[in-house]
Amino acid sequence: MTPTAVVTGLGVIAPNGVGADEYWAATLRAEGGIRPLERFDPEPYPARLAGQVPDAAFDAAEHLPSRLLPQTDRMTRMALVAADWALADAGVDPAELPDYDMGVVTASASGGYEFGQRELQNLWSKGPEHVSAYQSFAWFYAVNTGQISIRNGMRGPSGVVVGDQAGGLDALGQARRNIRRGTPLMISGAVDSSLCPWGWIAHLSTERISTREQADDAYLPFSTRACGHVPGEGGAILVVEDADAVRRRGGARPYGTVAGYAAGLDPAPDSGRPPALRRVVERALADAGVTPDQVDAVFADAAGSPDLDRAEAAAISAVFGPYGVPVCAPKALTGRLSSGGAPLDVVAALMSMRHGVLPPAGPVTGAADGLGIDLVTGAPREHRVRTALVLARGEGGFTSALVLTEPSGDQ
Amino acid sequence: MAETTALTLEELVGILRESAGEDEDIDLSGDISDTPFTDLGYDSLALLETAGRVQRDFGIALDDDVLGAAETPGLFLAAVNERLAAGV
Repeated sequence: MTPTAVVTGLGVIAPNGVGADEYWAATLRAEGGIRPLERFDPEPYPARLAGQVPDAAFDAAEHLPSRLLPQTDRMTRMALVAADWALADAGVDPAELPDYDMGVVTASASGGYEFGQRELQNLWSKGPEHVSAYQSFAWFYAVNTGQISIRNGMRGPSGVVVGDQAGGLDALGQARRNIRRGTPLMISGAVDSSLCPWGWIAHLSTERISTREQADDAYLPFSTRACGHVPGEGGAILVVEDADAVRRRGGARPYGTVAGYAAGLDPAPDSGRPPALRRVVERALADAGVTPDQVDAVFADAAGSPDLDRAEAAAISAVFGPYGVPVCAPKALTGRLSSGGAPLDVVAALMSMRHGVLPPAGPVTGAADGLGIDLVTGAPREHRVRTALVLARGEGGFTSALVLTEPSGDQ
Repeated sequence: MAETTALTLEELVGILRESAGEDEDIDLSGDISDTPFTDLGYDSLALLETAGRVQRDFGIALDDDVLGAAETPGLFLAAVNERLAAGV
C-alpha cells in the first residue's frame, strides 16, 4: 500500500508570532507583523514596509551553537530553529533514528541574500581576500536543506525546490513523494528572508510592491483598495512522516494528511490562454480524491494586486461556485513571505482543522464586490474543517495547490 | 596589528572564535597546541575562514599546501610565525 504522508510537527517563525501557537494566537487576534523596515534604511526606496520577525522575539544565538552563526544567513538561522521546534513538536529525536530514514526538502526563493550582499560588498570594496569562506554555501538556495540535514544527521533523499511563493507547496509535494518512495520521515517547508537593499531591489523589480505607508493599509488582498503586497520574512518548517511509521513509534495524533498536490505554470502573458490555477486546483482535488463540495476552506495565495486577485477569485468561483467556500487570507497580517508563505498557510490550515476556527484576513474588511468569494474577515469564524485547500502562486507563473485532510480515525 | 611580530596561541583562539565560533563541548582554554583542529570542532572551511582573517590582519600570504598540512594549532602558529619572521 502507498504510504500516507501526515504532518506531525510544526515549527513557525513569522512576523506576527515566533512559535506555532504564538503565530496562531496572534493571527486569530488579527495582530500583524508589518512594520517600517528596520534591517536597513528604507528612506531611498519607494516601499518601506515589511513583515519582519522582531529581534526581541527571535535571537538566533539563544537557540543555535556559536559554530553555526558565522556561517549562516538570517534565513538559515530561522530555518534551523524552526526545524528544531518542529521535531520537538513531533516528539522525534533524530539521534534515535537511522540517518537514511530521514530526508530534508525545503523551498527557497532567493537563497541567503543578506549574507550574500555583505560578502559582495566586501569583494568590490575591499578585495577577494575579504570575502568569507562561508559565502561558498551560505547564499545558496539549498543551504537551509543542507544545514538542517547536517545538524540533525539526516542523510535520506533531500533537495531544494525554487518556485518563489509556489515553491513552499512544491517542497511539501516532494516530501510526500519521498515518503511514498519509502523514506519514513521528511523535514519540509520553507523559511525565506531577503530584507536587505539587494533583496529589496529584487522585490521592487516585480512592480507589485505596495508603496503605502500605513501598516494596516498597505497589503489588502481581495479588497477594493488592493494595491500590491508587502514582502515579509519567516515561514514554517514541518515534520512530515509515513503514517504507519508514526503509529509504530507511538507518536501523537498527526495534525493532518497531505492528501493531494498539483503544480503548473501559467502560459505566456500574451498567449490568450487562461492561467494555470483552475486546472491546478482541479488536479490537486482529484489527486486527493475529494470533490469541491468536500472542501471546507481555501487558504488563498492572496497576491494583493487587483489583476491577480481577480484571477484567483475567478478560479475559486469556477471550481467551488460563487461564495461556495470560505476563503482565508491570514497572510494579510504577515506580508508575503516568499517560499515561507505557503508553508505558513499550511500551518494555519492545520490549526483551523484542529481548533475548528478560520482566521480573519487581518485588516481587510471585505472582499471587493464582483469577486464572488466568501472572504473570512473581521473576526475568527467557527467552522469545522475536515479538508482544506492551500494555494500559492509565484512570480513567473509558478502555481501550486495542496490538499490537507484531517487525520483518519486510526491515526 | 601590523606591529605584531608573532601570533600567539591565545590570539589564534580568539580569531578562531570570531571567525568560526566554538563547539560548546570543547574547552579551548587549555594547551591545545597539539590537538588536531578536527578534535577541536573545526573543519577545513573553518580553518580557511580563520586563515583568511590571519592573512588580512598580519599582511602575509600562506600557501594552500602549508595550511593543509597545519593540522594542529601548534603547526598553524609555526607556519604563520615563519612567514612573519621572514617579513613577507
